[in-house]
Amino acid sequence: MLLIHCPYCDEDRAEVEFVYGGEAHIARPLDPSALDDTQWESYLYLRRNPRGRHHERWRHTYGCGRFFNAVRDTVSDVIETTYKAGEARR
Amino acid sequence: MSGYRLPAGGRIDRSRAIAFTFDRRGYRGFEGDSLASALVASGVTLFGRSFKYHRPRGLLAAGVEEPNALVTVTRGTGRTTPNLRAPSVPLHGGLVAESQNRYPSLGFDLGAINDRLGAFFPAGFYNKTFMWPRSAWEKLYEPAIRRMAGLGESPTTRDADHYAATYAHCETLVVGGGPAGIDAALTAAEAGGRVILIDEGEEVGGGALADPGQWAWLADALARLAAMPNVRILSRTTAFGFYHQNFIGAVERLTDHLAPTDANGARERLWRIRAGEVVLAQGAIERPLVFDGNDIPGVMLAGAARTLALRYGVAVGRRVVVMAVHDSGWRDALALAEAGVVIAAIVDLRETVDAALLAAAKAAGIACHLGHAVTGVAGRKAVSGATIAPGGTGAAQRIACDALLMAGGWTPSVHLWSQARGPLRWDDSWGAYLPDKSIERVRCVGACSGDWDFGGGVAVAALPSAKPAHQQKAFVDYQNDVKSRDIELAVREGYRSIEHIKRYTTNGMATDQGKTSNLNGLRIASEALARPVTEVGLTTFRPPYTPQTFGALIGHHKDALFQPLRKTAIDDWAATNGAVFENVAQWRRARYFPQGGEDMHAAVARECRAVRDGVGMFDASTLGKIEVVGPDAAEFLNRMYTNPWKSLQPGRCRYGLLLREDGFITDDGVAGRMAEDRFHVTTTTGGAARVLAMMEDYLQTEWSDLDVWLTSTTEHWGVIAVQGPRARDVIAPLVEGIDLSPDAFPHMAVREGRICGAPTRLFRVSFTGELGFEINVPADDARMVWQAVHAAGQRFGITPYGTETMHVLRAEKGFIIVGQDTDGTVTPGDAGMDWAVGKKKPDFVGKRSMMRPDIVASGRKQLVGLLTEDPDEVLEEGAQIVADPNQPVPMTMLGHVTSSYWSATLGRSIALALVRDGRARTGETLHVPMPGKTIRAVVGPTVFYDAEGSRLND
Repeated sequence: MLLIHCPYCDEDRAEVEFVYGGEAHIARPLDPSALDDTQWESYLYLRRNPRGRHHERWRHTYGCGRFFNAVRDTVSDVIETTYKAGEARR
Repeated sequence: MSGYRLPAGGRIDRSRAIAFTFDRRGYRGFEGDSLASALVASGVTLFGRSFKYHRPRGLLAAGVEEPNALVTVTRGTGRTTPNLRAPSVPLHGGLVAESQNRYPSLGFDLGAINDRLGAFFPAGFYNKTFMWPRSAWEKLYEPAIRRMAGLGESPTTRDADHYAATYAHCETLVVGGGPAGIDAALTAAEAGGRVILIDEGEEVGGGALADPGQWAWLADALARLAAMPNVRILSRTTAFGFYHQNFIGAVERLTDHLAPTDANGARERLWRIRAGEVVLAQGAIERPLVFDGNDIPGVMLAGAARTLALRYGVAVGRRVVVMAVHDSGWRDALALAEAGVVIAAIVDLRETVDAALLAAAKAAGIACHLGHAVTGVAGRKAVSGATIAPGGTGAAQRIACDALLMAGGWTPSVHLWSQARGPLRWDDSWGAYLPDKSIERVRCVGACSGDWDFGGGVAVAALPSAKPAHQQKAFVDYQNDVKSRDIELAVREGYRSIEHIKRYTTNGMATDQGKTSNLNGLRIASEALARPVTEVGLTTFRPPYTPQTFGALIGHHKDALFQPLRKTAIDDWAATNGAVFENVAQWRRARYFPQGGEDMHAAVARECRAVRDGVGMFDASTLGKIEVVGPDAAEFLNRMYTNPWKSLQPGRCRYGLLLREDGFITDDGVAGRMAEDRFHVTTTTGGAARVLAMMEDYLQTEWSDLDVWLTSTTEHWGVIAVQGPRARDVIAPLVEGIDLSPDAFPHMAVREGRICGAPTRLFRVSFTGELGFEINVPADDARMVWQAVHAAGQRFGITPYGTETMHVLRAEKGFIIVGQDTDGTVTPGDAGMDWAVGKKKPDFVGKRSMMRPDIVASGRKQLVGLLTEDPDEVLEEGAQIVADPNQPVPMTMLGHVTSSYWSATLGRSIALALVRDGRARTGETLHVPMPGKTIRAVVGPTVFYDAEGSRLND
């Protein structure tokens, strides 16, 4: 079980307190109606799925309830860092 | 093998005899014996029958790697455990053990015919042979194979034991209580941190237990550890899995070593341990040698014979031959000879061995055959001799013996290290993989790190022989009956990767997970492929290290504690009043209230008529509720739901439809605007948590500019639905501060006031199509208010109803249930609910997707009503719908029935269905093929009752 550092609680907590939220830094378009079908498909469905560093969202659902971002290596499962939602990509 | 108890030696207590049974025959052993040592001491050679060929099998090893001697231990009703390894079963008074996989008896087994037919059971046999006809697989092949193959039988009675679980944290966790592990624990403990030492044995000590020279040191070291307050020693505990960030799963066996009458409390305890550093001291496992007849009872590992003699005081035979390719075999032979075991000969494939070992063997009077290999074994149920030949191919000679020991070198136990994703490197001198550089905070010490002086040896695939491999019965995996020729066949048939060879031959896939077979299998594959071992690969190590009980993993999470059962404040009343319950998303809900022997059909018909004609009451407390508060609350809901919210006046309600971003319906519910900045939003019972999480996601990560707070109030409010033409009459005397008249309080309005003295949010809403109210009161008041409404309603014949009636009433009105009439692929347009979509809104979740090409295309499935031609025929939910019932199978299916009920109100059946281009088929007759008949039904509108909605507005 992973230990995950919640950047809001500033605590290492067990994975069971968190819920995974998919790839991070995919902003909802401000005006979806301006997007063509291909662009909208890309926003809805297409994800990077990298081997290695992956920016992803987690929510401390059974703790503070906040969403935050993590950089996790998808090969080793080591979480390099976590940071608050809205902060720049690391 | 004719084993016997040595006159002296071992760690057993010869003053304490223990009686036990094996295959219903009585035996005696001593305190400190294992089941295996006691049986060998009693002269038992036959321990089991092999998996596939039913070959007689004896003891191979002295630890958890044992592949052959598997037994079923019964400790009373519901306390049967199959597939236990006899060397790991501690002896206790009254132990009842049985051998497995034999019929009618271990000595005479009908299945042994498979062994004579062995040539017809090659690798991949099942895949190749039992392919056709497919129908025969379930009825004929599988039952027959299951009877013949396999290990112990799974118990069928309920487990009578209970199991505990706990967490632990420490600075240093040491796995393995041999000398290396004990040293590591002492060093760590002296540094001051918390230390946990885990050992799987009955006694802590590992290899030192089979080395009397270390016993004094062992006793002293264990006493020092026991005296330290920062050290916890867990014996009889198996660290079965290594998970992320030094998280270790371990099972402690608490009672299985005791006589059943002395066993109290939990049987096992699951430990979840998070450690700062993990030190793995798991030792090494001796490798068997691969030669013709290497599975005949009496052929066993040299180290195991040493353990039997020096730890348990048991000789494995009266005349023992050692086949070695490694110095450790010589050392074991010398130790056995010193303990009084007769060593007839040491055979070694090597032309030269360490001069000191050779001299010592000769001094002990042992015949030494250098440069020789065993090429055959005499005997079937017990070894009676060994044939040896120079280089395996020269002139053969026969040596009489009743035990043949194999010293094939050692395989470091890197199981947990590999589970921790520690890298491995091939080491030629060990002929095995060793841990490479450290990862996380894990390190290996002792034999499992390659740091132990076993002496030297050569690593061989199979012993050389003049006999071609396909004529040999040279076993690699004893438990799964895989021979060297099976691996060679797999290579000939084109398998290249060891992962594929493993699955095709099943080498290493038995309950022992290849502890004795993986390396030999790898070497044989490597030779057959003519590629170095490192290029053939290595199979993956996965938890558990040894089989563990489901009970330990489940712990207390069973029966009532398997998952929480949520009950409303009115649940007790429903139970007292005879409700039949159903579980809905962890909630226990009253399904119907039968009276006087009614079945569900009769009860639901009565409840439905009561609501349509008079008044009914329903516990709707399980509805999800979210309080949405803040200056931007209306804007937030406007962005989330399809409907317009900004125009909704305080005191009014609106039905809301929630889509996912892909445009499909995910939830619905009524929301009331309590104030400019406050909404009382309801969700489906099952969707409450999901909807709140979705709202939080958008609020936190997309629209952090909005000033809104979300609070789950599901369990804060009890909800009592009072529905039917007399609903107002029932509640009027109980309500204070709210004008209930239709003009002052119209349909889809909400008011705050008091009922029976309790504060209430009173909604005028209806999921039945009748005049209706949903009384929200604090949950603590719900039972009181429910009973007061029930009492006040008596003169109107008020009828409590359950979820089944609720479903029928809403279906008569064509109200959808999200998740029943929708399935995650249904848009508002598909459901005929475009009216719920705000056309003028610039954006909301899912709006853009409603323009996706596939969603605007024709041919989508649409929700329609279905009326069977025979009004008494009730369709089955989930039934498929076709246009032409005479077309060949597989038919073109147009859709399926989503909801179907008997409607007492209409005196006929009704159904909702998702049908391709459904609305364009209005009036068309479709067909529902069922076993034995085809049902005709006509497509129509989804609303079956009071289509104009006049009853709502009374």
